[in-house]
Amino acid sequence: MQRRVTFDSRLLPYLLLAPQVAVTLVFFIWPAANAIWQSVHLQDAFGIRSEFVWFENFTHVLGDPNYLDTLKTTVIFSVAVTVLAMGVALLLAVLADSKIKGASAYKTLLIWPYALAPAVAAVLWMFIFNPDIGSFGRALRALGFDWDYRLNGGQALLMVILAASWKQVSYNFIFFLAGLQAIPRSVMEAASIDGAGPVRRFWTITFPLLSPTTFFLLVVDMVYAFFETFGTIHALTQGGPGKATETLIFRVYQDGVVNNDLGGSSAQSVILMVIVIALTAVQFRFVERKVHYS
Amino acid sequence: MATVEIRNVRKSYGPVEAIKGIDIAIQDGEFLVLLGPSGCGKSTLLRMVAGLEGITGGEIAIGGRVVNHLDPKDRDIAMVFQNYALYPHMTVFDNMAYGLKIRGIPKAEIRARVDKAANILELGRFLDRRPSQLSGGQRQRVAMGRAIVREPAAFLFDEPLSNLDAKLRTQMRVEIKRLQDRLGITSLYVTHDQVEAMTLADRILVMNHGVAEQIGTPLEVYQRPASLFVAGFIGSPPMNVLDGRIDDRGEAVLLPGGQRLPLPRPRATDAGRPVKLGIRPEHMAVAADGFSIEIELVEALGADTVVYGRLPDGETLLVRMAGIPTVRERDRLTVAPQDGALHLFDAVTGRRME
Amino acid sequence: MKQTRFIDLVPHIVLIAGVLIFAYPIYVTLIGSTWDAGTIGRGGLPLWPGGEGAANYAQAWVGEAGERAMYTPVRTMMLNSLVMALSIALGKIAISILSAYAVAFFRFPLRMAFFWLIFITLMLPVEVRIIPTYKVVADLGLINTYAGLAIPLIASATATLLFRQFFLTIPDELLEAAKIDGAGPVRFFIDVVLPLSRTNIAALFVILFIYGWNQYLWPLLVTSSGDMETIVTGITKMIGTGESANDWHIIMATTVLAMLPPVAVVVFMQRWFVKGLVDSEK
Repeated sequence: MQRRVTFDSRLLPYLLLAPQVAVTLVFFIWPAANAIWQSVHLQDAFGIRSEFVWFENFTHVLGDPNYLDTLKTTVIFSVAVTVLAMGVALLLAVLADSKIKGASAYKTLLIWPYALAPAVAAVLWMFIFNPDIGSFGRALRALGFDWDYRLNGGQALLMVILAASWKQVSYNFIFFLAGLQAIPRSVMEAASIDGAGPVRRFWTITFPLLSPTTFFLLVVDMVYAFFETFGTIHALTQGGPGKATETLIFRVYQDGVVNNDLGGSSAQSVILMVIVIALTAVQFRFVERKVHYS
Repeated sequence: MATVEIRNVRKSYGPVEAIKGIDIAIQDGEFLVLLGPSGCGKSTLLRMVAGLEGITGGEIAIGGRVVNHLDPKDRDIAMVFQNYALYPHMTVFDNMAYGLKIRGIPKAEIRARVDKAANILELGRFLDRRPSQLSGGQRQRVAMGRAIVREPAAFLFDEPLSNLDAKLRTQMRVEIKRLQDRLGITSLYVTHDQVEAMTLADRILVMNHGVAEQIGTPLEVYQRPASLFVAGFIGSPPMNVLDGRIDDRGEAVLLPGGQRLPLPRPRATDAGRPVKLGIRPEHMAVAADGFSIEIELVEALGADTVVYGRLPDGETLLVRMAGIPTVRERDRLTVAPQDGALHLFDAVTGRRME
Repeated sequence: MKQTRFIDLVPHIVLIAGVLIFAYPIYVTLIGSTWDAGTIGRGGLPLWPGGEGAANYAQAWVGEAGERAMYTPVRTMMLNSLVMALSIALGKIAISILSAYAVAFFRFPLRMAFFWLIFITLMLPVEVRIIPTYKVVADLGLINTYAGLAIPLIASATATLLFRQFFLTIPDELLEAAKIDGAGPVRFFIDVVLPLSRTNIAALFVILFIYGWNQYLWPLLVTSSGDMETIVTGITKMIGTGESANDWHIIMATTVLAMLPPVAVVVFMQRWFVKGLVDSEK
């Protein structure tokens, strides 16, 4: 936690900390405190007076069937994105880690999508699956499917799930590959000598040894799906049609910015904070676990 | 060049006293070795001289100036660390020059001083290299070069050779000795290696549990160890220590096995007193009368042979003989200490009895 | 010579399929950016490049209006994105390395309190405190400014933790050697810590540049004038609801340009990028 040898200076450490602490206080702590304050107050229509209302905003938000629908959409969306992005990434990483020709070329060709913004990824998918201009979109219609994600809620959800997963695969791929490369060759060789075939080796050796990475990515992908995919959804479906692709974060934006409902939006922000803190806490349990592994 | 005086220096970490009052005046140009097992406080004492550890009590003076409250940079000392502590991103030249640059010494003089030090240490070819491109021995020389260029009042060495392999260690030991002879700068050298201590030191300060067990020249420490601890720490294999009692006339030591070893001079005042009797393995010789041992193990080292014998009462007795072995395991042998080879220590305090 | 079996080809087939799934949308976009709006709008985009590429990119770069809509020229949006990404990346690195240096190399009252204060920002991504943060920025008069775009995003626990972790690996003896050489904390930072942190800085720069360039929700909120539009939000505004009668050729050229800087950074700084990513998540 601390070095044995340090410098002696009374003022300097505070000066060094000042910029970060200032930014943290002004743009993190103060707004977060504000959100919590707002979430237990109700403002009148003119924004002049506000009244302390305990958990009324929360009961209001959580009692709203629309909000519960949004929560359900978010869960479906997040689980689908996480499973899809991790599954595809693990498959590609295992293959790229094996001793095949051109492994490093495959790596380079598979990691660059990390650089794309979620919103840009969504735009690329639109170019392909747009029912008017996209090649696949038109092909689907030509085959007789009634394909239009702008009108069909299920198709819209499928689109944002695919676009969001597509972008996240490269991130997972990088970590799975690093995790695979950290598994000692000797362990695999011992398993070979014990007579385990490639598939058995994967499930009995590789996968368990990879579990810290898998667990870590699980949390990261959930956070990604909860928050960072705002751009994907905003660019592709604007939360629609109806509310078919509205996730929790999109709703915070919608209620706070578009509908100007500060109390409700703040209560939602606080709920999101609780979710992030829970996910972070889970992640720290993981860090402890990882220490035990090494 | 300067003297270094350490006056009743103490160091506490909370309630734990790590250094319990050390007193020594190191002469100008003297090479003092701080010797002891790990955790004895020798490194702490060195770091207090350097200014890297605070001083709880007492005074340290360098060149007659009390430095208790001076920063390391103002103490006019240079230090060589165990792991070299070279700046990994700087060249050999820059590593040596860094302290001089900070002190605002003109470029030309820095160049001259570094070149001179590099010359002495045969580092001229490596001045543009980085530490990672050097071998362990070369890095060690750079660390010494960094100390030399500063032309300090005193050199402080903190186990500088312990990261080197055995062969290189011997070679560097000789080099340090030559360097010290040539530069004549007061040096404090911390080690747990008695060979380094014996070969390098003008004087050795043997430390144990934060206390100076003995301060003396290498030969004094070997020939007249001031305590059982020193007796056991210096010498390889270590000194044999047997329980005994001075007889009623104060003329001999009686051992439980019945042996009677006459004292070189009578000690009437100590008559009947229990003692610890020390005899170095190399001061035992085959004799007609003395300790009868059964040989358990024979270690042939080439130049000499170490025999592990068992006394009738079960105690182990080591005997060191010159040359290749002339005895075998399970042989019986009678050995006796040479004249004047007995060391007597107080059975309770462990201090030497003169 | 060993005979190639079909089973040996399976990994290649799957990997090539993977590569294609990732490359195809980009290819389509590249091709689309070289055709005219009509060809794309009719949905008849060929698989080979057309002849309008130069004109499309030129128009996107400087043009303020397509055939069907008004928009901010790409050069303006690129500049805005570049300023935002660089400010966020360099700002984060600067304030993080300083605070990590304080936490790692000094002992002072409230050290742990400050550490935790920085640490909890990990749990408050900009998305969850978006409305109140917007209000603070508005109260400070920073709407439609580069400062408003960048500063709220530059406090980062991740970068601070990464630097602190690295600083703890610098041996104590190096610090002691510097003390004896006469270097104080400021000199030690400039002469030793900063040069030793080079690879960490480069690695962090890559991921933070991408993080900054790809910001979406925040620029959407704090910029309202076209002059301050960033390119990622700009594209989606150009698309609108995605009707077929869009300036698709311009949009596609803009998309290609929007991808270029971050992809170039990843491809050319791949080694640092992977290191930065894996290290910063430890």
